[in-house]
Amino acid sequence: MADTVRIQTEDFDLTQELADLRAGNRAVGAVCAFVGTVREWQNPADANQPQAADKAVQGMTLEHYPGMTERAIQDMIVEAHQRFDFMDALVIHRIGELATCDQIVLVAVTSAHRGESFKACEFLMDYLKTQAPFWKKEATAQGATWVDARESDDLALRKWGIASQNR
Amino acid sequence: MSLTVRYFASVREAMGIASESWPTDIPTPTTVAQARAALVARGSPWAEALAESRVLRAAVNQQMVDAAAPLAPQDELAFFPPVTGG
Repeated sequence: MADTVRIQTEDFDLTQELADLRAGNRAVGAVCAFVGTVREWQNPADANQPQAADKAVQGMTLEHYPGMTERAIQDMIVEAHQRFDFMDALVIHRIGELATCDQIVLVAVTSAHRGESFKACEFLMDYLKTQAPFWKKEATAQGATWVDARESDDLALRKWGIASQNR
Repeated sequence: MSLTVRYFASVREAMGIASESWPTDIPTPTTVAQARAALVARGSPWAEALAESRVLRAAVNQQMVDAAAPLAPQDELAFFPPVTGG
């Protein structure tokens, strides 16, 4: 298995993907995986407000930049290999129409020992959040709105020493 | 072949189109900032979609760049909002 980036509309089977990622590699001692899912509330405080149902996220549309998105994530994996001692990375990111509670993204990393795959996995997610060209549009009872980028995501990437200015 | 400009997400919605060739009646820009200013100067819909007051990011030939980045005549330029994947 080598580094793999897949952009797809279909859902993924976590168990199968992790099994495939480490298949045949007897040097693997650690597999670290992150799964991002569609959350019901943009702002958790909304859940307890009157007319909460109006703001609940019913679904999401994910847009990307074909060609650039795949390459950007591949470049991030190359950078991760320079920083951390891991074996293989898998990134699957869905696009198109998603429902609340659906899986959006998988970042999985194999290594000999856990420290490197934990760090590489977090690094890849932090990098993806501010530099991978995807855009989310959330649907609520009040209509569909584009999600705003967060300051906290730029800060997360900066902790790895990368000057991030997404917003 | 000419400079191609692509739009994504809310920028695409404001423009009403996903891409266009650089207009033949204005000089080809040499930087991303120049391209944005020249398009805004054309009026609607560019003036709203690419307004300087909007925080936008740009890519040239599918690499993220800043506003000072140079442009060559047959490049692919893209304007889009801050990314929100993951």
